[in-house]
Amino acid sequence: MHAKAVVPRAALAGAVGGVVAWLFALVFAEPLIQAAIDYEGERGEAEAALDAAAGIAPPEEGPEIFSRTVQGVWGIGVGMIVAGVALGLLFAVVYTLLQGKVSVRPRVLALLVAGAGFLTFYATPFVKYPANPPAVGHDETIGDRSGLFLVMVVGSIVFLVAAVFVVRALRERLGLWNAVLVGGVAYIVLSGILMAVLPSLGELAANVATYGPADSETPQPLRDPAGTIVFPGFDPDLLYSFRVYAITAQAIVWGLLGLVFGALAERATGSASVETRESVQA
Amino acid sequence: MTTAGATARARATATTAVGDMPYLIGSLVVGLLLFYFIGFDEGAATSLFGNTTVVHEFVHDARHFLGFPCH
Repeated sequence: MHAKAVVPRAALAGAVGGVVAWLFALVFAEPLIQAAIDYEGERGEAEAALDAAAGIAPPEEGPEIFSRTVQGVWGIGVGMIVAGVALGLLFAVVYTLLQGKVSVRPRVLALLVAGAGFLTFYATPFVKYPANPPAVGHDETIGDRSGLFLVMVVGSIVFLVAAVFVVRALRERLGLWNAVLVGGVAYIVLSGILMAVLPSLGELAANVATYGPADSETPQPLRDPAGTIVFPGFDPDLLYSFRVYAITAQAIVWGLLGLVFGALAERATGSASVETRESVQA
Repeated sequence: MTTAGATARARATATTAVGDMPYLIGSLVVGLLLFYFIGFDEGAATSLFGNTTVVHEFVHDARHFLGFPCH
């Protein structure tokens, strides 16, 4: 299949995944996101009350550019669909480059590439730096967090490419099954080393200075100077549900990208071979 | 696998790759740009559009839900 035919089909398949992930998000994610924003607001009030008691001026609020409705209905829709298209375009590059080199039918290759995308762009980075709802994550570390997340994404991609080369090198000697097992172990070990080397978010210097040592940026209970809890920590069940839904949404995007593109590609290559046969006969 | 077959396949792959290049590069660049705008632009208070937060605020919920760093 020519790249000219692959790219629009992959973009369309990614958009389909994005639309379904958007609908999923409206039902499952938005109530949790709103609950997290409410927590953030109430916690802010509790902090302001503590600050006022200690004679500290409260921090200034940033201006609200978009209403919660715009963000929670349309913003998340545009975000999910554009993300789906972006991932579809990157998928198209890998699919085009691989299709001549492997002897599997298009829909199988499509699912393999989509699975690799899910693994490297999301699942592996998630193990180290999981998705967080609003209220979890400090403003002052967003630059560090962006950089660290990107390192995990790029690292995962590099490691999977390395693992594929390992499989290719060992296939003749070990057989495909065992070569893939060795490649999989190589991927896990390399990813594990990277995760061990990178700092957890709680270990960032800015966080240790402000909040003391911690594993993550999840808000802990708020205490007054006497040590009494005046506001609870972030709801762990909310955090768990948000992350499960976040993983599900990614599985929807990548899964539909692979399945829809696979179906489109089989139809395109099927009709192409029919055309070739007809032109040969004519 | 005969040498002739391998050569023919290599030639076919090579010619396809040459015709594919503009589409592959375009797809890669646009894909990475969109990925950047959804996930990272205005994240660390920097933007290709200058010092604004419009993109960040509009896709705020998606950024959280897609697992990108946000606040």
